[in-house]
Amino acid sequence: MTLELIGLSHHVAPVELRERVTLDLDAASALAGQLGDSVVLSTCNRTELYLFGVDGDDALAALEGVAGEPLAGVVYRLHEDDAAQHLFRVAAGLDSLVPGEGEILGQVRAAYEAVETGPVLDRVFRQALGVGKRVRTETAIGESPASVSSAAAALAAQVFGDLEGRHVMLIGAGRIGELAASNLVSRGAQIAYVANRTVETARDLAHRFGGEAIALDDVAAKLGEVDVVVSSTSAPEVVLAASDVPAKHRTPLFFIDIAVPRDLDAGIARLDGCFLYDIDDLEAVVADTLNGRRAEATRAEQLVEEEVERYRAWRASLDVVPAIASLRARAEEIRNAELAKLKGRVSDDERRTIESVTSQILNKLLHLPTVRMKEAAVSADGAAYADAVRHLFGLEDEK
Amino acid sequence: VVEALFWPALLGYGEAAFAYASPRTSRAATWGVRLGWLAQTALLIAQAANADGFPWSSWAGSLNLFVWFVVGAYLIWGCRPRFRLLGLAVMPLAAGLFVVARIGGGTDTGSSSAYGNVFLVVHVGFVLAAFAGFTLAAALAGLYLWEERRLKRRAADILRLRLPPLATLERLEWRTVIVSLPLLTVGLAAGIVRQHERGGSLDALEAVTLATWVVYAVFLGLRPSGRRAAYLAIGGFALVILARLVLAGSHFT
Repeated sequence: MTLELIGLSHHVAPVELRERVTLDLDAASALAGQLGDSVVLSTCNRTELYLFGVDGDDALAALEGVAGEPLAGVVYRLHEDDAAQHLFRVAAGLDSLVPGEGEILGQVRAAYEAVETGPVLDRVFRQALGVGKRVRTETAIGESPASVSSAAAALAAQVFGDLEGRHVMLIGAGRIGELAASNLVSRGAQIAYVANRTVETARDLAHRFGGEAIALDDVAAKLGEVDVVVSSTSAPEVVLAASDVPAKHRTPLFFIDIAVPRDLDAGIARLDGCFLYDIDDLEAVVADTLNGRRAEATRAEQLVEEEVERYRAWRASLDVVPAIASLRARAEEIRNAELAKLKGRVSDDERRTIESVTSQILNKLLHLPTVRMKEAAVSADGAAYADAVRHLFGLEDEK
Repeated sequence: VVEALFWPALLGYGEAAFAYASPRTSRAATWGVRLGWLAQTALLIAQAANADGFPWSSWAGSLNLFVWFVVGAYLIWGCRPRFRLLGLAVMPLAAGLFVVARIGGGTDTGSSSAYGNVFLVVHVGFVLAAFAGFTLAAALAGLYLWEERRLKRRAADILRLRLPPLATLERLEWRTVIVSLPLLTVGLAAGIVRQHERGGSLDALEAVTLATWVVYAVFLGLRPSGRRAAYLAIGGFALVILARLVLAGSHFT
């Protein structure tokens, strides 16, 4: 029985195909239950079937049933160490669109926890979750923001430190501004005002974030009450001029201009205590952090390789463990049979002494063969050694 | 014993001065600071045990003690990865001054002073502790100005080569000064009282130290923020340098 992976991802399949085989957690666990000892990992970027002792062709047919078309030319099929290595890379975020993104680790955990697995899949998935954690703690791959909106929040934190209690003004009630606001809120900031040309539109967003809706004309008057301004309107002209910014404000003012054409007067950047980042600046920051992530990915790959070695050793040990267990059981059986013959011929004290001595002899005698078999297992001779032991000690029947 | 302790201390500080240059070796640098500081602490204890009176009353001796205070102050909050560049600013200075103290005989044993121990501990100890705090505050101010400039210029690597946030740097700078100024006040007051009793006149070092006190008093009084605070902290540190390295010789004779 072998470990096998059948799957497709953003590397090999266009979104039109991926979206057809994307399964929610319930559907994925139902498919896994139908296949046997398996885990189905399905996200927007990948659908992968991890199988142990399940016919790969049957599993592929089931996936084709979901897709509604043949997938043989698209899917990748990996076995044993390669399949484990792929899973470790996935859990570490190394196979993701944005290297090091952390969401995938939670998705791997959810897929694993949604089904009952046998010992091999159980071990490989638990190890994969460990790899994901290890990569995130031992490298800096996940520390930097990977999107414009998260970069904007990280930059605000670079000015203010903890954003707890910092007040944010959103100018424009569009989707991009909302994303930036969500990132700021996730770091503890509060959305104080949402300004929009149409106050009604602003009111809906303001209500969701617990802020107050204001008209665009009131922006300058409220600047003294906020620390961060995020602007993302579709206005063709400048929404906030440098001359509208008060000369004295209680803390630094951090302006994020995600709009194209830009909403905020470039002259704001020259004002004392004001910092202004437009979309180009944010994209440059993201590009730079992604370069940093790629550098960290090299270190992460080394960690994955170490874990694959550990997995390989564990899998190899599975070949010899039954033989070792049989050998020890047979030895113990013989010892007990011989001890039984002493019944009534020796005192209790003598019997305890004999039991102790024979047990020590047995352990010492079997120690070296046990160690040698485990060593041989790692070097791929494990099966041959196990067969030899079974033959020499007459353990074939117990195989 | 003193000889055997000087070199490990210098080795620790020297290693830290270089190792802080890279994020990958910053942990080793921090251990260099810790072990070096422990070695210097042992050195100071050995000096005190062998001295007939306050052992750091000479110019070089006080420099030795000053280095210990500077590194000690850095250890309070410098041993975190995001403060690596603070270590890169402080540790080369500490290692350099430690070598100067050694050349001047400040790490030797057997020194003695005509002044009473209590007076020297209060005067020299407090003034040096305050100067060490101002050194750290200046390093924090320098980092603030650099970080603020990078943010203003929208440097693309701002999140990769990451410093503590501006607000954190400003807060630590303020806290350092607020702790250091009372120490300087006590140290200065002890010196002024002693001088008044003996009837001496104000020398150049004392005048500059008084000016330093005024600068930091203004700092606390006006509580400037941002760049102004950083410039003031660095201005005060320039006076510390003047007092410690240029004018100190005549005061200790």
